[in-house]
Amino acid sequence: MHYTFNIERGNFTDAGQASSSVKRTLKQLGVDPANIKRTVVALFEAEINAVAHAYGGTIDVDIDGEKIVMVVADQGPGIPNLDLAMQEGWSTASAKVREMGYGAGMGLPNIKKNTDDLKIDTEVGVGTTVTMTVYLI
Amino acid sequence: MKVKEIARLVDGEIVGAPVDETYEVKKAFASDLMSDVLRFHMDDTVLITGLCNNQTMRTSEMADLRVVLIGRDKQPDEDMLELAEDADITIIKSKYSIFKLSGILYAAGLEPLY
Ligand SMILES: Nc1ncnc2c1ncn2[C@@H]1O[C@H](COP(=O)(O)OP(=O)(O)O)[C@@H](O)[C@H]1O
Ligand SMILES: [Mg+2]
Repeated sequence: MHYTFNIERGNFTDAGQASSSVKRTLKQLGVDPANIKRTVVALFEAEINAVAHAYGGTIDVDIDGEKIVMVVADQGPGIPNLDLAMQEGWSTASAKVREMGYGAGMGLPNIKKNTDDLKIDTEVGVGTTVTMTVYLI
Repeated sequence: MKVKEIARLVDGEIVGAPVDETYEVKKAFASDLMSDVLRFHMDDTVLITGLCNNQTMRTSEMADLRVVLIGRDKQPDEDMLELAEDADITIIKSKYSIFKLSGILYAAGLEPLY
Protein backbone atom coordinates (compact mmCIF):
# COMPACT_ATOMS: atom_id res chain seq x y z
CA MET A 1 0.00 0.00 0.00
CA HIS A 2 1.16 3.51 -0.77
CA TYR A 3 0.20 6.74 0.94
CA THR A 4 1.22 10.31 0.14
CA PHE A 5 0.89 13.44 2.28
CA ASN A 6 1.85 17.09 1.97
CA ILE A 7 3.57 18.99 4.76
CA GLU A 8 3.12 22.75 5.07
CA ARG A 9 5.93 25.02 6.15
CA GLY A 10 5.61 26.39 9.67
CA ASN A 11 2.09 25.03 10.14
CA PHE A 12 2.13 23.80 13.72
CA THR A 13 -1.65 23.64 13.83
CA ASP A 14 -1.73 20.70 11.44
CA ALA A 15 1.77 19.28 11.94
CA GLY A 16 1.49 15.62 12.83
CA GLN A 17 -1.62 14.97 10.75
CA ALA A 18 0.22 12.63 8.41
CA SER A 19 1.77 10.66 11.28
CA SER A 20 -1.62 10.44 12.95
CA SER A 21 -3.18 9.11 9.78
CA VAL A 22 -0.41 6.53 9.34
CA LYS A 23 -0.90 5.44 12.96
CA ARG A 24 -4.59 4.79 12.30
CA THR A 25 -3.80 2.81 9.17
CA LEU A 26 -1.21 0.64 10.93
CA LYS A 27 -3.70 -0.08 13.71
CA GLN A 28 -6.33 -1.12 11.17
CA LEU A 29 -3.80 -3.38 9.48
CA GLY A 30 -3.19 -5.10 12.81
CA VAL A 31 0.50 -4.19 13.08
CA ASP A 32 1.74 -4.87 16.63
CA PRO A 33 1.76 -1.88 19.04
CA ALA A 34 5.54 -1.81 19.58
CA ASN A 35 6.21 -1.54 15.85
CA ILE A 36 3.45 1.04 15.44
CA LYS A 37 4.95 3.17 18.18
CA ARG A 38 8.51 3.23 16.79
CA THR A 39 7.24 3.82 13.26
CA VAL A 40 5.05 6.78 14.13
CA VAL A 41 7.55 8.33 16.55
CA ALA A 42 10.20 8.34 13.79
CA LEU A 43 7.77 9.62 11.17
CA PHE A 44 6.45 12.30 13.50
CA GLU A 45 9.91 13.64 14.32
CA ALA A 46 10.76 13.77 10.60
CA GLU A 47 7.45 15.45 9.84
CA ILE A 48 8.05 18.06 12.54
CA ASN A 49 11.55 18.69 11.16
CA ALA A 50 10.14 19.38 7.69
CA VAL A 51 7.65 21.85 9.23
CA ALA A 52 10.13 23.42 11.64
CA HIS A 53 13.42 23.55 9.74
CA ALA A 54 12.44 23.35 6.06
CA TYR A 55 9.79 24.79 3.76
CA GLY A 56 7.38 21.88 4.04
CA GLY A 57 7.51 18.93 1.67
CA THR A 58 6.03 15.51 1.05
CA ILE A 59 5.72 12.21 2.87
CA ASP A 60 5.53 8.89 1.07
CA VAL A 61 4.77 5.74 3.01
CA ASP A 62 4.90 2.21 1.61
CA ILE A 63 3.64 -0.67 3.69
CA ASP A 64 3.90 -4.34 2.83
CA GLY A 65 3.82 -7.48 4.92
CA GLU A 66 7.44 -7.27 5.92
CA LYS A 67 8.36 -3.59 6.18
CA ILE A 68 7.32 0.04 6.30
CA VAL A 69 9.33 2.50 4.23
CA MET A 70 8.82 6.21 4.89
CA VAL A 71 10.32 8.99 2.80
CA VAL A 72 10.09 12.57 4.06
CA ALA A 73 11.38 14.95 1.40
CA ASP A 74 11.66 18.72 1.62
CA GLN A 75 12.98 21.57 -0.49
CA GLY A 76 14.47 23.25 2.54
CA PRO A 77 17.85 24.74 3.37
CA GLY A 78 19.54 21.34 3.78
CA ILE A 79 21.75 20.30 6.69
CA PRO A 80 25.32 21.68 6.48
CA ASN A 81 26.85 19.27 9.00
CA LEU A 82 24.93 16.02 9.29
CA ASP A 83 27.26 14.49 11.92
CA LEU A 84 26.56 17.45 14.17
CA ALA A 85 22.80 17.33 13.48
CA MET A 86 22.73 13.65 14.47
CA GLN A 87 24.16 14.44 17.91
CA GLU A 88 21.83 14.55 20.89
CA GLY A 89 21.17 18.13 21.93
CA TRP A 90 22.27 19.84 18.72
CA SER A 91 19.56 22.18 17.45
CA THR A 92 19.15 25.32 15.38
CA ALA A 93 15.43 25.55 16.18
CA SER A 94 13.85 29.01 16.24
CA ALA A 95 12.11 30.53 19.27
CA LYS A 96 8.75 29.73 17.66
CA VAL A 97 9.68 26.07 17.29
CA ARG A 98 10.79 25.94 20.93
CA GLU A 99 7.49 27.43 22.03
CA MET A 100 5.78 24.49 20.36
CA GLY A 101 7.72 22.08 22.58
CA TYR A 102 10.39 21.08 20.06
CA GLY A 103 13.99 22.05 19.47
CA ALA A 104 15.71 19.90 22.09
CA GLY A 105 17.90 18.37 19.40
CA MET A 106 16.61 14.89 20.16
CA GLY A 107 14.65 14.29 16.95
CA LEU A 108 17.21 12.83 14.56
CA PRO A 109 18.89 10.65 17.24
CA ASN A 110 15.47 9.32 18.20
CA ILE A 111 14.61 8.59 14.56
CA LYS A 112 17.83 6.60 14.34
CA LYS A 113 16.99 4.70 17.51
CA ASN A 114 13.46 3.81 16.40
CA THR A 115 14.14 2.66 12.84
CA ASP A 116 16.06 -0.30 11.42
CA ASP A 117 17.46 1.69 8.57
CA LEU A 118 17.95 5.45 8.20
CA LYS A 119 19.28 7.29 5.17
CA ILE A 120 19.55 11.08 5.03
CA ASP A 121 20.34 12.75 1.72
CA THR A 122 20.86 16.45 2.18
CA GLU A 123 22.29 19.30 0.16
CA VAL A 124 22.60 22.86 1.33
CA GLY A 125 20.23 25.11 -0.60
CA VAL A 126 18.46 22.15 -2.22
CA GLY A 127 16.75 20.11 0.46
CA THR A 128 16.70 17.03 2.63
CA THR A 129 15.30 13.57 2.05
CA VAL A 130 14.97 11.29 5.06
CA THR A 131 14.33 7.62 4.26
CA MET A 132 13.34 5.42 7.19
CA THR A 133 12.67 1.69 7.20
CA VAL A 134 11.03 -0.37 9.90
CA TYR A 135 11.06 -4.15 9.49
CA LEU A 136 7.97 -5.89 10.79
CA ILE A 137 9.41 -9.40 10.79
CA MET B 1 -4.47 5.20 40.46
CA LYS B 2 -7.71 5.91 38.63
CA VAL B 3 -7.99 8.98 36.40
CA LYS B 4 -10.77 10.47 38.51
CA GLU B 5 -8.67 10.07 41.64
CA ILE B 6 -5.87 12.04 39.98
CA ALA B 7 -8.35 14.77 39.01
CA ARG B 8 -9.64 14.89 42.59
CA LEU B 9 -6.15 15.16 44.08
CA VAL B 10 -5.17 18.11 41.87
CA ASP B 11 -8.52 19.91 42.00
CA GLY B 12 -8.67 19.27 38.29
CA GLU B 13 -11.36 19.41 35.66
CA ILE B 14 -11.72 16.60 33.15
CA VAL B 15 -12.07 17.49 29.45
CA GLY B 16 -11.22 15.81 26.14
CA ALA B 17 -11.98 12.10 25.73
CA PRO B 18 -14.25 10.47 28.34
CA VAL B 19 -12.53 8.76 31.26
CA ASP B 20 -11.86 5.04 30.97
CA GLU B 21 -12.97 3.96 34.45
CA THR B 22 -10.91 0.78 34.23
CA TYR B 23 -7.62 2.47 33.35
CA GLU B 24 -4.96 2.38 36.08
CA VAL B 25 -2.25 5.03 35.94
CA LYS B 26 0.97 3.78 37.55
CA LYS B 27 3.61 6.33 36.57
CA ALA B 28 4.05 10.03 35.82
CA PHE B 29 6.41 12.03 33.65
CA ALA B 30 6.65 15.83 33.75
CA SER B 31 7.95 17.70 30.71
CA ASP B 32 7.30 20.67 28.47
CA LEU B 33 9.65 19.20 25.88
CA MET B 34 7.73 17.11 23.41
CA SER B 35 10.79 15.44 21.88
CA ASP B 36 11.65 14.12 25.34
CA VAL B 37 8.18 12.66 25.69
CA LEU B 38 8.81 10.75 22.47
CA ARG B 39 11.99 9.14 23.80
CA PHE B 40 10.39 6.94 26.42
CA HIS B 41 7.82 4.19 26.83
CA MET B 42 4.74 5.78 28.27
CA ASP B 43 2.75 2.71 29.26
CA ASP B 44 0.37 3.43 32.15
CA THR B 45 1.86 6.91 32.44
CA VAL B 46 0.27 10.33 32.91
CA LEU B 47 2.07 13.24 31.25
CA ILE B 48 2.22 16.35 33.44
CA THR B 49 2.87 19.42 31.31
CA GLY B 50 2.46 23.17 31.05
CA LEU B 51 2.58 23.03 27.26
CA CYS B 52 -0.96 23.52 26.06
CA ASN B 53 -1.28 23.41 22.28
CA ASN B 54 -2.08 21.06 19.40
CA GLN B 55 1.39 19.61 19.53
CA THR B 56 0.84 18.45 23.11
CA MET B 57 -1.97 16.28 21.79
CA ARG B 58 -0.16 15.11 18.66
CA THR B 59 2.88 14.12 20.68
CA SER B 60 0.73 12.35 23.27
CA GLU B 61 -1.01 10.47 20.50
CA MET B 62 2.30 9.26 19.03
CA ALA B 63 3.57 8.34 22.50
CA ASP B 64 0.45 6.23 23.22
CA LEU B 65 -0.44 8.41 26.20
CA ARG B 66 -4.03 8.17 27.37
CA VAL B 67 -4.08 10.83 30.10
CA VAL B 68 -2.50 14.29 30.07
CA LEU B 69 -2.48 16.58 33.10
CA ILE B 70 -2.16 20.23 32.10
CA GLY B 71 -1.03 22.58 34.84
CA ARG B 72 -0.55 26.30 35.41
CA ASP B 73 -4.21 26.98 34.60
CA LYS B 74 -3.66 26.71 30.84
CA GLN B 75 -6.84 26.43 28.79
CA PRO B 76 -7.04 23.97 25.88
CA ASP B 77 -8.83 25.47 22.86
CA GLU B 78 -11.53 23.78 20.75
CA ASP B 79 -8.99 22.49 18.24
CA MET B 80 -6.97 20.83 20.96
CA LEU B 81 -10.03 19.25 22.57
CA GLU B 82 -11.05 17.83 19.22
CA LEU B 83 -7.60 16.31 18.74
CA ALA B 84 -7.83 14.84 22.25
CA GLU B 85 -11.18 13.24 21.51
CA ASP B 86 -10.01 11.86 18.17
CA ALA B 87 -6.92 10.34 19.78
CA ASP B 88 -8.88 9.11 22.81
CA ILE B 89 -6.87 11.16 25.29
CA THR B 90 -8.39 12.38 28.54
CA ILE B 91 -7.19 15.81 29.67
CA ILE B 92 -7.16 16.89 33.30
CA LYS B 93 -6.61 20.63 33.68
CA SER B 94 -5.50 22.12 36.94
CA LYS B 95 -4.61 25.54 38.32
CA TYR B 96 -1.57 24.15 40.15
CA SER B 97 2.05 24.57 39.05
CA ILE B 98 3.95 21.61 37.60
CA PHE B 99 6.02 21.33 40.79
CA LYS B 100 2.92 21.17 42.95
CA LEU B 101 1.18 18.66 40.68
CA SER B 102 4.27 16.47 40.66
CA GLY B 103 4.59 16.67 44.44
CA ILE B 104 0.98 15.76 45.07
CA LEU B 105 1.01 12.78 42.72
CA TYR B 106 4.39 11.55 43.92
CA ALA B 107 3.19 11.67 47.52
CA ALA B 108 0.02 9.84 46.51
CA GLY B 109 2.07 6.96 45.15
CA LEU B 110 2.58 7.46 41.42
CA GLU B 111 6.01 6.21 40.34
CA PRO B 112 8.47 8.33 38.40
CA LEU B 113 9.05 7.07 34.86
CA TYR B 114 12.71 6.72 35.84
N1 LIG C 1 14.56 18.69 7.28
C1 LIG C 1 15.55 19.47 7.75
N2 LIG C 1 15.98 20.54 7.04
C2 LIG C 1 16.97 21.35 7.51
N3 LIG C 1 17.59 21.16 8.70
C3 LIG C 1 17.20 20.10 9.44
C4 LIG C 1 16.16 19.21 9.04
N4 LIG C 1 16.02 18.26 9.97
C5 LIG C 1 16.91 18.55 10.93
N5 LIG C 1 17.63 19.64 10.63
C6 LIG C 1 18.74 20.25 11.41
O1 LIG C 1 19.22 19.29 12.35
C7 LIG C 1 19.07 19.79 13.68
C8 LIG C 1 18.76 18.65 14.63
O2 LIG C 1 17.49 18.08 14.33
P1 LIG C 1 16.71 17.29 15.47
O3 LIG C 1 17.62 16.25 16.03
O4 LIG C 1 15.41 16.83 14.94
O5 LIG C 1 16.51 18.38 16.62
P2 LIG C 1 15.52 19.64 16.67
O6 LIG C 1 14.48 19.46 15.61
O7 LIG C 1 14.96 19.57 18.04
O8 LIG C 1 16.35 20.85 16.45
C9 LIG C 1 17.98 20.85 13.57
O9 LIG C 1 18.02 21.79 14.60
C10 LIG C 1 18.29 21.46 12.21
O10 LIG C 1 19.40 22.34 12.31
MG1 LIG D 1 13.51 17.73 15.25
